[in-house]
Amino acid sequence: MNFSGIPRWVYGLAVVGGLFVLLPLAAMVAKVNWGQFIPLVTSDSSLTALGLSLRTSAASTALCVVLGIPLALVLARRPFRGQRLLRAFVLLPLVLPPVVGGIALLYTFGRQGLLGKSLELAGIQIAFSTTAVVLAQTFVALPFLVVSLEGALRTAGNRYEAVAATLGARPTTILRRVTVPMVLPGLASGAVLSFARSLGEFGATLTFAGSLQGVTRTLPLEIYLQRETDADAAVALSLVLVAVAVIVVGLSYRRPRRADIPAEAAA
Amino acid sequence: MSFHIDATVRARNLDVSLSLGQAETVAILGPNGAGKSTLLSVAAGLLRPDAGSARLGEQVLFNLDGGSRVWTPPHLRGTALLAQEPLLFPHLSVLDNVAFGPRSAGASRAESRETARHWLAEVDVMEFAGRKPGQLSGGQAQRVAVARALAASPELLLLDEPMSALDIHAAPHLRRLLKRVLSGRRALIITHDVLDALMLADRVIVMERGRIVEEGATREVFRRPRSQFAAGLAGVNLMAGTVTEDGLRTFVTAELPSLHVAGHLDDEAEPGQPGVAAFPPSAVSIFLDAAHGSPRNSFPVAITDLEPHGDHIRVRAGDLAADITPSASAELGLEPGSRVHFVVKATAVQVYAA
Repeated sequence: MNFSGIPRWVYGLAVVGGLFVLLPLAAMVAKVNWGQFIPLVTSDSSLTALGLSLRTSAASTALCVVLGIPLALVLARRPFRGQRLLRAFVLLPLVLPPVVGGIALLYTFGRQGLLGKSLELAGIQIAFSTTAVVLAQTFVALPFLVVSLEGALRTAGNRYEAVAATLGARPTTILRRVTVPMVLPGLASGAVLSFARSLGEFGATLTFAGSLQGVTRTLPLEIYLQRETDADAAVALSLVLVAVAVIVVGLSYRRPRRADIPAEAAA
Repeated sequence: MSFHIDATVRARNLDVSLSLGQAETVAILGPNGAGKSTLLSVAAGLLRPDAGSARLGEQVLFNLDGGSRVWTPPHLRGTALLAQEPLLFPHLSVLDNVAFGPRSAGASRAESRETARHWLAEVDVMEFAGRKPGQLSGGQAQRVAVARALAASPELLLLDEPMSALDIHAAPHLRRLLKRVLSGRRALIITHDVLDALMLADRVIVMERGRIVEEGATREVFRRPRSQFAAGLAGVNLMAGTVTEDGLRTFVTAELPSLHVAGHLDDEAEPGQPGVAAFPPSAVSIFLDAAHGSPRNSFPVAITDLEPHGDHIRVRAGDLAADITPSASAELGLEPGSRVHFVVKATAVQVYAA
């Protein structure tokens, strides 16, 4: 046995910590009405909510990737005045109560909001639409992608980019052929985490997008609604979300492939 | 078609001016922190100097003097950089790594791969074309990196200690390869190795503290070094000062006061000129007391280090060194801190203009 250097009592607390997470999940699974499980999760309202959740989460993940890559690059590469402040603001939604995020979005894109008034004149209405769901999810999920990608960019350094530049590659070519492929594992895990966060988003969505079946009522909202009238349905749908979360976490924390290991380490 | 650079980087205390001919390879020597890598970064466009200008053939690389501030970005310069580590793109195959330059220049996928195959064959690593960089040894990877740099058909090749990360078996192979591919090319190569300079370079420059302190034909620099660093590489003791009728009056250094060194004057050395006195460590004897009587030189020194050197002991005292037998060292009871006299015959000392 290898020496671990960990005191024995730490294992005891670690077990308590593990149980603290596992026990509620087990309690929920124990409450599942298995006889009714399939009908419950395949009911019209359930499928509509699940479909909406998957579509909006996919859209917000794409938006996170499009906005998050530039943000992470700007934060990771060259220091500039106000960089710490920018990072603090980008990460704010991580610690902000989602309902506060929803209110902020409402006062930006809502009818009387900062941009909403102009958008309204242009005939575009965002609040309480499916677009609003996507924006709310992007707002809370973006920091996950930025944090994970910025870390990957810092670890990779910019020496490969420098070599690529001296070999004659334009900045856009370097981004496409060197930078992004090299941080792909970090980008993928960031995207997966963003997707998971989008899927679970509740507070900001309810505040900013409301709860219209088929339009803005995502799975978490459906679960919350069902909980009052049909506990069995709520538990069954919760289990679906847990399953999706487990798959997502499993995907993002799999062991790195051999090709991801830098040449020096593998040689 | 020549390369000229004139650059000042205040933050790194760099201030150099350097020219290269059409097909000239110049080795840059110097201690760590002398600004060698900084100079290459400026030439490659990875670091913007505070002032200066550079031209490569007809192209202005940068001109930061006067009103017009011209700055050519790295990808338009034609200055490929080869670093200590191969830095092959880990997600691309060996073939696509080498095809990267031509592809970036606008060649089609097929054309760029054709060019890549040519260069892989040239550096003798064709059999690895399909592999990923992670599956290569350090020496193989560095050869692929050479092929990748050459495939970009650079006007100027910048090599930053390309051999230093290789083990002792891989380095000679790469050195022979570089000798072959660098002939007829314009290149700047940073090295710590005399052998690299002798084998690869037409000319050497020695940098210390951000300045060029010595430059000349490779053989000439090692035969008659004028800087402390080149003297160290050439394995001779060097004392700087002013030429006199029969030798040299040295400048005051950290270890020694101004001394008169008797020696053999070079034909061109004129009294009053700045000059150097050079003598090999093997010509130095060590005495515990001052040895008087010309034509001997006796320098009072404190020993700083003792180290094995072939079948002799190399005794260091600051910048000076003496090679003596182990038995002589034991007899004298030498150890760091001992105060002794380095004695050298006047006939063993060469004095020439600096």
